[in-house]
Amino acid sequence: MSEILTKSRARNIFYGGSLFFIVVFIAMTIHSHRYVVNVSTAGMPLSEEVILGKHVWERHSCINCHTLHGEGAYFAPELGNVMTRWGVQDEPEVAYEVLDGWMNAQPSGIEGRRQMPHFEITEEEMRGLSEFLRWADQTDTQGWPPTDAG
Amino acid sequence: MKYQSQKVAYAYFLVAMGLFGIQVLGGLLAGWIYISPNTLSELLPFNIIRMIHTNALIVWLLLGFFGAAYFLVPEEAEREIWSVKLAYLQLIILVVGTLGAVGGYLVGIHGGREFLEQPLWVKFGILVAAVIFLINISMTVLAGRKTAITGVLLTGLWLLSLLWIFAFINPDNLSLDKMYWWFVIHLWVEGTWELVMAAILAFLMLKLTGVDREVVEKWLYVIVATALFSGILGTGHHFYWIGLPGYWQWTGSIFSAFEVVPFFAMMSFAFIMVWKGRRNHPNKAALLWALGSAVVAFFGAGVWGFLHTFHGVNFYTHGTQITAAHGHLSFYGAYVAMNLAIITYAMPLLRGRAPYNQVLNMISFWLMTGGMAFMTFVLTFAGTIQTHMQRIVGDYYMDVQDQLGLFYVMRFGAGIAVVLGAILFIYSQVVVRREVIAPNTMPEPEGEAQ
Repeated sequence: MSEILTKSRARNIFYGGSLFFIVVFIAMTIHSHRYVVNVSTAGMPLSEEVILGKHVWERHSCINCHTLHGEGAYFAPELGNVMTRWGVQDEPEVAYEVLDGWMNAQPSGIEGRRQMPHFEITEEEMRGLSEFLRWADQTDTQGWPPTDAG
Repeated sequence: MKYQSQKVAYAYFLVAMGLFGIQVLGGLLAGWIYISPNTLSELLPFNIIRMIHTNALIVWLLLGFFGAAYFLVPEEAEREIWSVKLAYLQLIILVVGTLGAVGGYLVGIHGGREFLEQPLWVKFGILVAAVIFLINISMTVLAGRKTAITGVLLTGLWLLSLLWIFAFINPDNLSLDKMYWWFVIHLWVEGTWELVMAAILAFLMLKLTGVDREVVEKWLYVIVATALFSGILGTGHHFYWIGLPGYWQWTGSIFSAFEVVPFFAMMSFAFIMVWKGRRNHPNKAALLWALGSAVVAFFGAGVWGFLHTFHGVNFYTHGTQITAAHGHLSFYGAYVAMNLAIITYAMPLLRGRAPYNQVLNMISFWLMTGGMAFMTFVLTFAGTIQTHMQRIVGDYYMDVQDQLGLFYVMRFGAGIAVVLGAILFIYSQVVVRREVIAPNTMPEPEGEAQ
């Protein structure tokens, strides 16, 4: 092996091969980008409300307790399908009311129960957050999660 | 220490170890909240503590890499560092940024993309620091001897800095946000960081075993080739369920299955080099950390990653405690332990003394490694139960969590062992005292043992 695979050959394989895989990866990424915009998330418009909701989601760092499409912290429930779980995915007004009611009841203060903080969120922001979660829920995630429990 | 400017690494390692302490204490607190959820719930919620835990980890590992580069590049390039002042300026920027970020988190100023929560000015600071670093190290290498170790190290560091650009790109579309987020997260830890890790390992093997450079460097190229060939398209294993096309399920499964190869190769490489090498280097603790890192990385990143990388398995395990188990052991084995290996190797040289506190250091290795292994086992059991109850039976998240209490208690116990190990490690490196047990072998003459 040592005669066939010299150090300079190993180096060339490393740099050449990596370049090849980077090119393939970029091509697949471009296709995926288009697929996301035109297919998997196209079921609901990416409205100003949804975008505001995403900013609310980020400002309060929800991802460091919850998961969203399975990514995040594992301290609190999955939220990518929370609107389906609550049975309000197709009713924006009810979705907002349920979310608002839930958020305003936190923290529960129950001893021995994980606590969700209280967040200062305006009505407009809460509506945005609700729309953002509905928007995430309608994304085609290849059938994930396996159950409504998330 | 052959070159005066290597001393820069000392400052980097000290700051890195300080943040390491903060990281494990943050982790311990987060682990305690799993057992006693009302702890600090209004004052310092879980999400803030977790941000500190993960961010401190990332920053100290990067500081360790920077320190390692400043330590090993002069020896490889046979030159002093291009600018010592810039190296210290870079460290100051990073320290100010880190303190600013942590201070901000405590009062609720942060972003909301996982691991990239740093405010914009801190992200820019990191970018500026990275540019300073790359210029400094590249100028040093260009002026001096070019080796495979510095070549691979620089490739890794340039690419990881380039990928940092994606930390600034946050599309409004959540699925696109997630896709580009992985360009930083995955292509760091399962791509470019592996190059840095392999380069540090190769340097340590060269120094500790005395095996011929030609052999070490050929291995290095083979290892990093397998890392990138599997890891780049292996990104697909994060693209299964976030709104991307279905073909990622096959691409991700096939390529990420091979991500175990570079870790197996690093483990084999380390043991074969030690076996072949004739040098009896006095710094036994550094050897223990280097071998330990290669082994634990193989299990944590390789085996535990393989465990849930196929899309048919991942459909059920995605985002459970299985992921947490894998995350903990892989980061510890691959990056924490390799950083502690280079710190253990470099500290005696930086301080101009013979290897010291070797026994304490080795005890800290077993405390931390044992703790992390136990933590990984209990989280894997918890994750298995969670997967079954939540993903197959369909029980609600919190009902399932209530059944996992015992595992979280055991995880906290494991965390205590890790924290004690970390404190012992820092103590053994920073506080100088007499060797607890004197070795009975004579150290080799100066020069050969470097």
